Amino acid sequence: MTSIIIWTIAIITVLGVVLALVLYLVAKKFKVEEDPRIDEVEKAMPGANCGGCGYAGCRAFAESAVKAPNLDSHFCPVGGNDTMARVAAILGYEVKAKAPQIAVVRCNGSCAVRPKTNEYDGYPSCKVKATLYSGDTGCSFGCLGCGDCVAACQFGALSMDPETGLPVVDEAKCTACGACVKACPKLLIELRPKGPRGMREAVLCVNKDKGPVAKKACASACIGCGICVKTCTHEAIILENNVAYIDPLKCKLCRECEAMCPTGSIHGVNFPKPLDKDAVKERIKIRQQKEKEAAHV
Amino acid sequence: MSKHTFSIGGVHPHDNKISRDCPIRPLPLPPTVYLAMSQHIGAPAKPVVAVGDKVNVGQVVAEPGGFVSAFIHSSVSGTVKSIGPRKDLAGNPVTCVEIAVEGDEWDESIDRSEDLVTAIPSDNKAIIEKIRLGGVVGLGGATFPTHVKLMPPPGSKCERVIINGCECEPYLTSDFRTLLEKGEQVVVGAAILRQVMGNVPCTIAIEENKPEAIVHIREVIAKLGYEGIEVMSMKMRYPQGGEKQLIDAVMGRQVGSGALPISVGAVVQNVATALAVYDAVQKNKPIIDNSVTVTGGCLPEQANLLVRVGTPLQMILDAVGGVPESAAKIISGGPMMGKAVVNLEAATVKGTGALLLLTEAETRRGSASACIRCGKCADACPMGLEPFLLNRLCKAGDLEALEANAIQDCIECGCCLYSCPANIPLLDNIRLGKGAVLGAIRARAVAAKAAAEAAKQ
Amino acid sequence: MGKLIISPSPHIHSKDSTRSLMLDVVIALLPAVLVSFVFYGWREILLMAVSIASCLLLEWSITRYLLKKPSTIGDLSAVVTGILLALNVPYTTPWWVLVIGAVVAMGIAKMTFGGLGQNIWNPALVGRVFLLVSFPTYMTTWSQPQGLFGADAVTGPTPLGAVQEGLMSGASVQDIMATQGYDYATLLYANIGGSAGELCALALLAGFVYLCCRRVIKPWITLSIFATVALTALIFWGINPDRFTGPVFNLLTGGLVLGACFMATDYVTSPMSVWGGVIFGVGIGLLTMMIRYFGSYPEGVSFAILIMNSFVPLLNMAFKQKKFGRK
Repeated sequence: MTSIIIWTIAIITVLGVVLALVLYLVAKKFKVEEDPRIDEVEKAMPGANCGGCGYAGCRAFAESAVKAPNLDSHFCPVGGNDTMARVAAILGYEVKAKAPQIAVVRCNGSCAVRPKTNEYDGYPSCKVKATLYSGDTGCSFGCLGCGDCVAACQFGALSMDPETGLPVVDEAKCTACGACVKACPKLLIELRPKGPRGMREAVLCVNKDKGPVAKKACASACIGCGICVKTCTHEAIILENNVAYIDPLKCKLCRECEAMCPTGSIHGVNFPKPLDKDAVKERIKIRQQKEKEAAHV
Repeated sequence: MSKHTFSIGGVHPHDNKISRDCPIRPLPLPPTVYLAMSQHIGAPAKPVVAVGDKVNVGQVVAEPGGFVSAFIHSSVSGTVKSIGPRKDLAGNPVTCVEIAVEGDEWDESIDRSEDLVTAIPSDNKAIIEKIRLGGVVGLGGATFPTHVKLMPPPGSKCERVIINGCECEPYLTSDFRTLLEKGEQVVVGAAILRQVMGNVPCTIAIEENKPEAIVHIREVIAKLGYEGIEVMSMKMRYPQGGEKQLIDAVMGRQVGSGALPISVGAVVQNVATALAVYDAVQKNKPIIDNSVTVTGGCLPEQANLLVRVGTPLQMILDAVGGVPESAAKIISGGPMMGKAVVNLEAATVKGTGALLLLTEAETRRGSASACIRCGKCADACPMGLEPFLLNRLCKAGDLEALEANAIQDCIECGCCLYSCPANIPLLDNIRLGKGAVLGAIRARAVAAKAAAEAAKQ
Repeated sequence: MGKLIISPSPHIHSKDSTRSLMLDVVIALLPAVLVSFVFYGWREILLMAVSIASCLLLEWSITRYLLKKPSTIGDLSAVVTGILLALNVPYTTPWWVLVIGAVVAMGIAKMTFGGLGQNIWNPALVGRVFLLVSFPTYMTTWSQPQGLFGADAVTGPTPLGAVQEGLMSGASVQDIMATQGYDYATLLYANIGGSAGELCALALLAGFVYLCCRRVIKPWITLSIFATVALTALIFWGINPDRFTGPVFNLLTGGLVLGACFMATDYVTSPMSVWGGVIFGVGIGLLTMMIRYFGSYPEGVSFAILIMNSFVPLLNMAFKQKKFGRK
């Protein structure tokens, strides 16, 4: 009996030692020499592996960043400037701070202003819906409302508002990784600078139809009337294909376009005070009159 | 029992040919027609008329926008009102020429008599040119320009022309009525097609649920004394009318993945296309109208109508008494592959073969439940694919695995979703994945071509 | 006319649904249930009711409280499992044993894997094998059928059990058959010891034919099991008729018909393709015969099916349908 126990212990011990030796040798032989900075950079990353930077994951980003001559083509939207500063410190590069961005859903065609014309009965996915049909409302450009963007967001920053039928971006959670931008078959979502204290102004419509057609489909569609372009004193608004676009880099957040827009498709967010449309309109009127007089003189 | 049918998969939906006894009758002229510039596969046509122009029936309003493209002719006489985007039946904007109808003046070159012209011109090149000028496209559903199909690439040889009279989709009867009422013209059209392809034998394939048509066409062939044209009675099975399936059924040959029918020596044309070929070659009449089945259990009367191309759908439905209250879905085409209509203001195109009205009970999808691995979708798939697997891979977005499992071979016939007892939206997802894989394959081909070019230089 | 519905094609659907398929299986099992009622009386019906009720209750409560998903009992798959489980135990089994069987079948074999369609092994069989191993006394004390209006129950072994016992005590197969009074006609239509589902091969076969006619199942799996069992038995019986039982005896006893027709053909746990199914059936047939001839259990169908269930994913991968126009 005792001998059995002794033998068992002996054999297992020997086996353990031999196998450990084999494992050690194999690990030694097949060890791949890696730049130790890759690990460091990876550690500095947020570790979400979201792919927002354009690489397969944080490690892929780190591998590429280590090899790159500078950090111009590398930016982690999730970690933002803080992370990039740390990465730059590890690699000894200089980094330019980028303005933080946020996903903006450019459709404000809520259920109330954009009535459903049809009922969709297929697989509830925007992509599937968009392969065959323009949508179940009269607007063939707007949000399809099946929530592909919500499913694509791994930070839980998007949710569907059951009342409007449109996705809502949670500003605190959005990292501007761009997954939703790729997920939307109607190309509605744009990454825009967050703006000073979150204040920003945008045309929440991409309807390229002519005014009457767009208006018929959706009461708050951009009808391409061009009033905003004429109003803007900063040349920040471009009108192309019957739809206006505010250049966030030129916009001075005066909110005049928002006040003048006849359909209300221009929206400003995070402003401290609600927009007093009449006051702004009055201001514009006086200014335009002055300009006219000046032209006469 | 005839035994001719394809070898893999297929389903047997009830054929519901409730409009089979309604003769084709012409629909009164609409007040306005809207001629879409892309009503064929390939490049959109380019308008050659301007707003305010007067046009006659059969006059060219648009010319081909590329090699694979087609002429579009005015289907009415009147004045061009506008040229611009208009929503098609899926709600997507398409460039349309709007023509306000005034009278019914036909182009003088068109032979409007009822006489059957059996003498076929001997110059094949001239025939193909006439088909091209007639704006003839495949009317079986794909609307591929016919003249392109009739000019096989060098090195390939046609061995048999197949005229597709299967009409395997449930409900549809326009091809059946055409066979019964215009049988002579269809047979002459078939004779033209086989002559063009080099006097090869020709088979007119008709499913056995249309015995009158089989008997009638056999009589017509005997009467006209044509050698080399035969009628083949096919077993009733969907999707028999699919090009690849029909070639398999008639010739016992399987067209390879990504290959054209001509690679196995076959050219398939639909019955309605054969009629259009006859009209274009023998009568100088381009495609200006087509027969449309208007059917559905909820409709008080069924109809097969001869409709001018570009007629708004609403007008066709008004001709059968309007849309009944119980109709929940209107489908352009058959119930298996047709498209649900988004707006009734949309106009017909050359390929519109039917308007089908289904009630909520007939068409509402059941709620999807878990896959029970019954394998019915794989049994039903006529391409021998595994829809349950493709569905899973589509959701995972694994394009490589999808391609390895031949998703690009999917013909979107709908058999998988039709037969799934768990109501899983298989085809919805597979269609999406197929698009992505085809895109990847195309991108690879372009890259390979560019690399080859670069290597040459 | 309200808002028009839009959806991708196809716009019509076959009449098959998970529920209708399961209902067909229930209908196909009715003859066997009826026969067992006639032979075993109300007690059998009571057992069946307990079995079905516990299966339904378990599935409902697990989906409701653990998975927090909409209930799936409407698909009737739990009813099928309940009936099969009841048909797989002797009618003398106490009702609480069946409840335990249902807990194992639904709780462990089915819902743990995610519910219908996700399980690897046939739930009813897992339940049965669990009971067989845990409660051998109840599960192997078979009673001669008592009948709805019949005389007292007579306790006795199943035909396969009797043969194994006899062989161990040194008797030859022919002697055992003669002493037990088995003849093929009795085996075919009824009146042998065993669980309810082993009672009447004819009733089960009628259900099988019904399922095939309704195109619920394809016959290949079942037929290949029968063929393999018959062929194996024929070879061994031909070599030594004293030691090995013959093909007809093996086909008609020990729940082979129930297993081959209703358990091996379960969608979820059987291969999809024809050839995969044939290999699956051959495997079940061979394993069954090996266990019967050389194993310590007199009966092997349940084990054979469960073992082959494990190979289904491999068989699905290995045997695919030929794709159109591809080599």
